Amino acid sequence: MSQLMTALGDGAVVAKRNVIKIKRVPEILVFVLLSPIMFVLLFAFVFGGAIDVATGAPPEVYREFLIAGILAQTVIFGATFTGAGLADDMQKGIIDRFRSLPMARSAVLVGRTSSDVIYNGISVAIMALTGLLVGWAIRTSFLEAALGFGLLLLFAYAFSWVMAYVGLLVPSVEVINNASFMVIFPITFVSNAFVPLETLPAPLQTFAEWNPVSSLTQAVRELFGNIPPGAPEPTAWPLQNPIVYTLIWIIIIMVIFVPISIRQYRRAARR
Amino acid sequence: MTNMIEASGLVKRYKEVTALAGLDLVVPEGVVLGLLGPNGAGKTTAVSILSTLLEPDEGQAMVAGADVRKDPKAVRRLIGLSGQYAAVDEHLTGFENLDMIGRLYHLGKTKSRERARELLEVFDLTEAGDRPVKTYSGGMRRRLDLAGALVAKPPVLFLDEPSSGLDPRSRVDLWDTIRDLVKEGATLLLTTQYLEEADQLADDIVVIDHGHEIAHGTADELKTQVGGERIEVTVADVMHVTPAEEVLAAFAVGDIRIDHHSRGLTAPIAGGAPVLTQALRELDARGIVVQDVGLRRPTLDDVFLSLTGHVAEEEVESNGGRSKKPKEEELEEVSR
Repeated sequence: MSQLMTALGDGAVVAKRNVIKIKRVPEILVFVLLSPIMFVLLFAFVFGGAIDVATGAPPEVYREFLIAGILAQTVIFGATFTGAGLADDMQKGIIDRFRSLPMARSAVLVGRTSSDVIYNGISVAIMALTGLLVGWAIRTSFLEAALGFGLLLLFAYAFSWVMAYVGLLVPSVEVINNASFMVIFPITFVSNAFVPLETLPAPLQTFAEWNPVSSLTQAVRELFGNIPPGAPEPTAWPLQNPIVYTLIWIIIIMVIFVPISIRQYRRAARR
Repeated sequence: MTNMIEASGLVKRYKEVTALAGLDLVVPEGVVLGLLGPNGAGKTTAVSILSTLLEPDEGQAMVAGADVRKDPKAVRRLIGLSGQYAAVDEHLTGFENLDMIGRLYHLGKTKSRERARELLEVFDLTEAGDRPVKTYSGGMRRRLDLAGALVAKPPVLFLDEPSSGLDPRSRVDLWDTIRDLVKEGATLLLTTQYLEEADQLADDIVVIDHGHEIAHGTADELKTQVGGERIEVTVADVMHVTPAEEVLAAFAVGDIRIDHHSRGLTAPIAGGAPVLTQALRELDARGIVVQDVGLRRPTLDDVFLSLTGHVAEEEVESNGGRSKKPKEEELEEVSR
């Protein structure tokens, strides 16, 4: 028990360090937020007109449909920040210092992923505000909305452990930015985040139906009351039970990536 | 005296190279051991193993009574490490960096803060203490990094190339700081590729190359081992060159070199300063006026050259290699 408390305490010390960095270098936020904001504008006003979410629906319906997808994309992109932060620490030799200290082996990773929840919270808030400006609205209760944001942040937390692992593997920050694009692009675009799944060809549609980004988007859409009226009922199980399916993914990711990331941290040789 | 660091038969292999090929090290309490070697000799690997960053493939190591393999956590409580590049967070202030390290040594909030302020004072960083580290000069960062290693007053310190990349003045300042530190009784393992640095700071020097020891001793012992001590005399009058040669011949252990033009004589000797004193007395007794005199001893550079067959560092410096991070050079060396 006391060992767990020490581990959490150490994690908090590292998290505090990362939060100070967000405070001192707010520019980091700007760059990572610009791309989702651009996506909102691009899809709301450029592609949106060409995408039919329900037969004959006006453009406002697509904008409402879009924001849940953008929010899911934002937290996935946010995880890159975790990986980049760790890769940066490795490069600068700070990880060596941490590894020579009598602190918990999990602390650097726990601290990093925890502080990134704050970072993700800020991103989600800014994206939600952008959404409100383009006509998005929450049509459900406060509780459901809170659950929606909670699920987004929980998924963000789990996914940041995936990127933490990648961050410990790659040799530099530049590489992680490129490597994460290779992962993030297919999983965010081959999903229901931007388009209704019915438009995809069969194999892609199956992938998209079982893609956790789709279930996260679907869950958030339901919780915010943003399912377009007249949209066809989903036929795949993950999208019929999006909250449960997303929670299963969160658990699977954590069970796999927490231990292997910590193991990788122990062995991470200095570069 | 107890041994604070004891390592035997350390072996570490990477895919194609052997970084350490059976290294033994013994450092008694309160002693400064200089681990001297060129890039890629295995210095950093040795320090990484002793500070629990890396597991050896073979061999054992005890640090401050704890086994680095079996009880790395106990080792970490008893050591301080300062690496090749300043491992400090540049977005935090100097104070925040030291406070964070104190908290991670589990000193507690109050004690961490006190210790942080105390160290800023000792390392002459009080004024800069509340500024982000990115505003610091290279020397200040290095001092802060060193301060980081001392937060928990550990009995054993590892300094891996503490002065690499510093300008000469900062280097001399850093040496003073390290000397003060050692006075307080810390046991120190210092790696360096600067021969002068080992000469200045270390009680005992282990020279390594290609992952194993090639020589061991004090700076003086190593110099004696190589030999090459000589007396250099310049006489005032050109007429005195030949009588001076006759005098020096009695002390010389080899051929005397004479430069008539500058009236200089160089005689290889053995026995150091007493021999020089005697030679001077003889010269004086014969009425030879000496304009300049010196006992030239071999530098560690000479030692290094004769031991390894290659010069330690000059090549690196002359090709502008300084601008690279030392670690990159070392990796390159290893992967060759």
